[in-house]
Amino acid sequence: MTQRPDNRAWLLMLPAMSVLGIVGLVPLIAVFNYAFFDIFTLQSRFWVSTEWFAELVGTPDLYAALGRSLLFSTLVVLVQFPLGIAIALMIPRGRLAGSLVLMLVAIPMVVPWNLIPMIWLNLLHPTYGTVAQMFDAIGFDFDYKFNAVHTYALLVTVDTWHWIGLVVILAYSGLSAIPPSYYQAARIDGASRAQVFWHIQLPKIRPVLLMALLLRVIDSLMIYVEAFGINAGGPMGATAFLSLELGEEINAFNYGPAAARSVLYFLLVLSVAWLFRVAMQRETQ
Amino acid sequence: MDWMAWTWPTAIFFMVIASLLVTFTVLAIKFPETPRRGVLGMETTRGDRLFITLLGSAFINLGWLGLVGTAQPYAMIVCLIYAAAVFRWV
Repeated sequence: MTQRPDNRAWLLMLPAMSVLGIVGLVPLIAVFNYAFFDIFTLQSRFWVSTEWFAELVGTPDLYAALGRSLLFSTLVVLVQFPLGIAIALMIPRGRLAGSLVLMLVAIPMVVPWNLIPMIWLNLLHPTYGTVAQMFDAIGFDFDYKFNAVHTYALLVTVDTWHWIGLVVILAYSGLSAIPPSYYQAARIDGASRAQVFWHIQLPKIRPVLLMALLLRVIDSLMIYVEAFGINAGGPMGATAFLSLELGEEINAFNYGPAAARSVLYFLLVLSVAWLFRVAMQRETQ
Repeated sequence: MDWMAWTWPTAIFFMVIASLLVTFTVLAIKFPETPRRGVLGMETTRGDRLFITLLGSAFINLGWLGLVGTAQPYAMIVCLIYAAAVFRWV
């Protein structure tokens, strides 16, 4: 006879669930409904059935934007994870010094979103920008406005500056949770620094890294303010990510197509989140 | 509720989803089950299989819309076959 779990604990979840219901579920349902209308105001709405969805999935634009978003997320992960883990490994183990470094890397995360493009565009300003002057000094022609590779490089740099703290903090917390006995055993066996990393540290921080990966992938798929502020999807739409195209629809008051896009993105994010859940479940088995 | 722009098609859609969720919750309470490992190599319960079915059905419908473009209700037949497959093998 197995003991049934006590489900009364769910009652304590009720307040949180009702708030989530109001801020999450209700708008989602409304947006889903709007997706089937040509809608500007609630009074002037026309039922168009699946027209917006057909338009979206039937044109190559969506897949191109999806490709750009996936490229950006891939670059973000490829840069931020090795870098974040490396920084986490270098953080001193002392309590005070460690905390100071963690606070330092966390500062960019509390900078308001709409300030970020301003900060970076100022750094790159041709006459008074520090970074622009450095590029000038070494004779490097950095042109984020008209060179797609440079725009991507800038966006990945900005995103890394903004979010590397998250990867560092999660990796650091994973590293701190490794019992000292593992390191003692490694020292007795005469393991090299690299062997300790590959066989002890990396496997032990895998679960938190998966969590960080989930957060970074979803956040980088949602990037809007930075990308819009820096080059508004340019040059020639090379950085027009899914979120930027959605923003454009909303700004043009095309609420019906924007709602249809939102539903598609919701499905996309839901699939990504589910894949991560599967991966994490396998991790624990 | 008018601000949510309800129509019968979307109302029926959400009613079906809601009743599915309620049905599966009742089933899970009345007939507890042990998770099973299927073709995906992960443990799934009936609820997991329902989720996979619903998410997959959404993409099947979108695919039908993009590739066939007409007679959308027939996409539901594909969804039902897919649902049967998920509940049998996943």
